[in-house]
Parts: sequence; structure tokens; C-alpha cells
Amino acid sequence: MLKTYTYPKYEYQQPQEQKERSAARYPVVIVGAGPVGMAAAIDCRLQGIPVVLLDEDDTVSIGSRGVCYAKRALEILDRLGVGDRVVEKGVSWNVGRTFFREEEVFNFNLLPEPDHKRPGMINLQQYYLEQYLVERCVELGVDMRWKNRVVSVQRMSDGVRLTIETPDGTYGIEADWLIAADGARSPIRKQMNLEVDGKVFMDRFLIADVVMKADFPAERWFWFDPPFHPNQSVLLHRQADSVWRIDFQLGWDADPEEEKKPANVIPRIKAMLGDEREFELEWVSVYTFQCRRMQEFRHGRVLFVGDAAHQVSPFGARGANSGIQDTDNLVWKLKLVLDGKAPERLLDTYSTERVAAADENLMNSTRSTDFITPKSNTSRMFRNAVLTLAEHHSFARALVNSGRLSVPAFLADSTLNTADADEFSGAMVPGAPMDDAPVGVDGKKAWLLDQTGNRFQLLYFTDVAERLGGKLDELRGLSMDPVPVEPVIVSEKAGAAAGVRVLHDLQHLVARRYDAREGSVYLLRPDQHVVARWRKFDAHKIRAAVARATCN
Amino acid sequence: MPLTLTLTPNFSEPGKRYFRAFSPGDDFYEMLIEAHRDLSDEQSAMLNAKLILLLANHIGDLSVLREALGHARDGV
Repeated sequence: MLKTYTYPKYEYQQPQEQKERSAARYPVVIVGAGPVGMAAAIDCRLQGIPVVLLDEDDTVSIGSRGVCYAKRALEILDRLGVGDRVVEKGVSWNVGRTFFREEEVFNFNLLPEPDHKRPGMINLQQYYLEQYLVERCVELGVDMRWKNRVVSVQRMSDGVRLTIETPDGTYGIEADWLIAADGARSPIRKQMNLEVDGKVFMDRFLIADVVMKADFPAERWFWFDPPFHPNQSVLLHRQADSVWRIDFQLGWDADPEEEKKPANVIPRIKAMLGDEREFELEWVSVYTFQCRRMQEFRHGRVLFVGDAAHQVSPFGARGANSGIQDTDNLVWKLKLVLDGKAPERLLDTYSTERVAAADENLMNSTRSTDFITPKSNTSRMFRNAVLTLAEHHSFARALVNSGRLSVPAFLADSTLNTADADEFSGAMVPGAPMDDAPVGVDGKKAWLLDQTGNRFQLLYFTDVAERLGGKLDELRGLSMDPVPVEPVIVSEKAGAAAGVRVLHDLQHLVARRYDAREGSVYLLRPDQHVVARWRKFDAHKIRAAVARATCN
Repeated sequence: MPLTLTLTPNFSEPGKRYFRAFSPGDDFYEMLIEAHRDLSDEQSAMLNAKLILLLANHIGDLSVLREALGHARDGV
């Protein structure tokens, strides 16, 4: 099996500390080189933090695993410098077809809103994403240690002490902060005797990666109760290299070992394709899932991210996507704390903000699961009634839930926000993940999101950039603060202002999407979320909002 | 009250802000399934019957109800 991809093998090297039997302490150690741990490591390097990344294995994800990467994750990957590779290799799809028994009940076209850099979602095997992230980690000087397995974690008041096993025996290192990205079964979480609460769904699913030789449209097909697999659901999705993901619901009583055998898998796929189309199996797995999360994602000097902190059903692709968003939220805060520019309790807001996001993801993925796999006769009756009505009525189509596209949480209730005092309309409220829009930079077409991130910024909307006078000094003054704020002018006219970047709002879409007028200002967090906004520039209010956003 | 049956998405809660179009419908569907939790099939059928009567009285307009009954009967 596995013919379209050759797994890289990353070289183990004996760690310096182990060779020399010396002690070492690092500001940040990350455990787990999956997509989430590597996103954290890259983000740390972009913030100038030295970082050690430990992984017990020496290659990438075996099998395609997480295949759907949603718009917000792609925007973060852009910030981390791997967005283009992921999107170029990935497959974009827009058409989804929903079948109920023999009939196609409806289809939808996800045609994304125009004038955003990234689409709603792309499909790509997890091993490609991991490979690109490894290469980016190496490029940025992450200290990557393969075949390094953490065997014990000792908590100290100002850090943690780790015992690590390698092919050469054990050694110890210390860290000021530990990021646990060690997956759903998180050995670190277990070591620390921490609970993770939720429920196991009593169902099993078979996933197969299939190389299809004949053409098949790049569409997402979802079957409820199809004749070739009665009473269960089936999903077909396209990935890169003509590899297709097929997902069969099996029910709780299925025997995972039996179901994985090609002799049992191949007839299922043949029945689904319904013809003599040629295909080859690349990878097969049977999975169950849980919907659960830890009470808190911060435990002293240990910060839990991704599946280690929260697990959702796969419907809606909220696993890797939300884990990458965890690191997006965490690393800028960690940098401010490490630099002594914010108190440690800023990291408690990593927990509160991402717990709220995890609850939203858990809610949406649980709802999808309940729709796809009804747990009672009544629930099944309602589900089938919705599907029957969906053929003719749009209200019912809106209720069909075969997985809601992963979208970022609005952190509208975060204590880091400064509440609106002025009137604004639209969705860009304090706590909103930023909307993208095209802009001109030095006469070239660019994207708003590519001009933001990694630091606090102030968008100042004005069409008289040349005549700002004393205000320009005030704007530039913000960038001299202990927590600097970079001023950025957004103008409907191409213009220039000494010492301040000017973005040309070519199609007036920035102003429209942010409901901005002459003089409006938006304060942005380093993770591209709105944190405050006003109709008039007031340096005093901006500084107060920055202090609030950093727990100062 | 509209004079004809509404067949386009129509769920919302006064005073609540929705950032995603799918949220109000999903909120309703969860409430509906939750209301049936731990009931036997017979109990669920009774709940459904009572619910239909309550909603029918709220709608009141017999022409709207006639239309809804027609759509519900269709294909059953």
C-alpha cells in the first residue's frame, strides 16, 4: 500500500546535553511535532524565541488523517510562511452533493465570497502539511529532536523539568514553559494526572485512501442511508495526487481488525462506485472518536494545545484547524510574558479564550454527529424528514448538517477586548477574527491579512494621509511604546506618509468590511483579531486598550 | 403572521447576534432533539402531537396550516 507518497525519515542526533551530560534550560520546549506543535514552534521562532521541539517518532503522519484545512488555518499558515505550498498542493472544491437513499436531495456550491486571498477550505493529506512544516521549522532554526520521548514531567514553580528517552538512553532538560502538543492521548496530561471530560461516541468509522485511475469530479459527496451501505453514512472527498478519502460509518458492533482487511474494504468501495472503475487502496484505518476537553488549558508552566487539550468529532474538520488556532492565540502572549512586558495571567486568557472556542467547536461537531448518526428512532425520524423536505424547501436544506465548515470563533466575550463606545455596523466587533480584503502596497496588489499579524497594529482610515500634521507624530509615537503598536494608514487614495505604511484600499472593500469612515481606527492583536475600535483617533484610549489587551 | 407558509430559513432569537448563518437553525434542531431525550417512542410521539397542536394554534391561520399539512403529507 501507499504508492503516491514517500515518507521522509528525519535523522536522529544525540542531543548535546546527553552527550556532554550537561544541564540545559530553554525558554520554551514543545512536545509533539504534529501540525499543532510545529505551528507553535514556527510561531515562537518568528517571535525570536529559541525553541526545542521533541518528538518520539522520526517521520510525518502515517496515512492522510486530517485532510481539510479551512480558511482561518490557511491564513495562519500564511503568517507562518507555509500557506502557499499548502494551497498549491491542496485541492480546492466547491460543489457538495448530498444523497438520501437513492436520490440526490440537493447540491450546494461553496463559491467563496470574492476578494479574499484564501478559499473556505482545501483538502490535503496531513503528511504533506507536516512535511512542509518540518522544512519551515528547520529553515527557522527550531531545535528539532526526533526519537526523543518524554518519560517524566516534574513541575517547578518557575518551570518544568523533563526526563527524555532517546536511542542513547535518558537525559534531562528544563524549560521555563512547556507546550504540550502531544495529541489526544497526551502522555504529558496523563503524567500530570489531569482530567479530560466528555463523552465517547459509540460508533466506528472506516476510512480509506484510494487512488482512483478514472476521472471523478472534485466534489464532496455525502450519502445518508445509501443502498450500497444501508442505515449508515458515507463520505467521499478528493485529496492531492488523485487520492480519494472514503469514510464509511460502520456502527459500534463492527470488528475493527476484520473491517480493515482489504478483502472486506474493497467490496465496500466497489459497491459504492457502482461500476468497474479501477482503484487501488493506499491506506485504511478504523477510528472511533470522543468529544471532550480539559477544564483549563494552562496548568502553571504547562500549556496544552490541540488534541491534547480538546478533541472533537471529525465532522466539520475542527481538529487540526482549531489546534493551529490555539497556537495562533498562545505564542504572542507567551512572548510578552517571557519578555516581562505582560504578567503571567495573560496566559490565563489563552485558556479562557480557547476554552470558549473549543466549546463552540465541540457544540458544532456534536450537532453534526447527532444529525449524521441519530441516537434514537425519533432523532432518526426527524433527520429523515429534514432530508425529505430538503429536496424542495430551502429551510430544510439549511438544517441538513453533514458537518459545518470549520470557522474561527468570535472572541466577543474576551476580557482583553475594549467594548465599543462608538456606533459600528457589520461583523468586525472587538474579538472578531479579521476579514481579509485586497489592498495596494507600493503600487502592487496585496492582501490585508498579509500586511498584519505578529505585533499590535493600528489601522487608521484616512484619505488625507499627506495632511495629518501632528497626528502623524502621535501615530508614530505608538510604535515607541513598551508594547509597540505599528500604525498603518488605510486610504482610498494611493498616498504616502513619512514613517508610516500606507495601504491603498483599491476596491474600498476594507472600509466596507470594517464599516470604516474618515478617521476610524481599529486596534489589532498580533493574532489578527480586532480588539478595539473607535470613530476618532485618541492616543490615550489606544494605550488604555493595549494595556487591557495585555493584562497590564 | 404571513398569509402563506414560509419555506425559506426563518429561525432567529430576538436580541441574539448570529455570526454564522447555520447557527439559529442548528440551535433549534438541538432544542428539538434534546426535548425528546430519554423518551420512549410512544412518549416521543405524544410530545410531537402536543407540539404540533401548540404551534398550530400559535399560527392560527388555517390557510397556512392547510398548506403545511399538504407539504407534510407529500411523499409520505
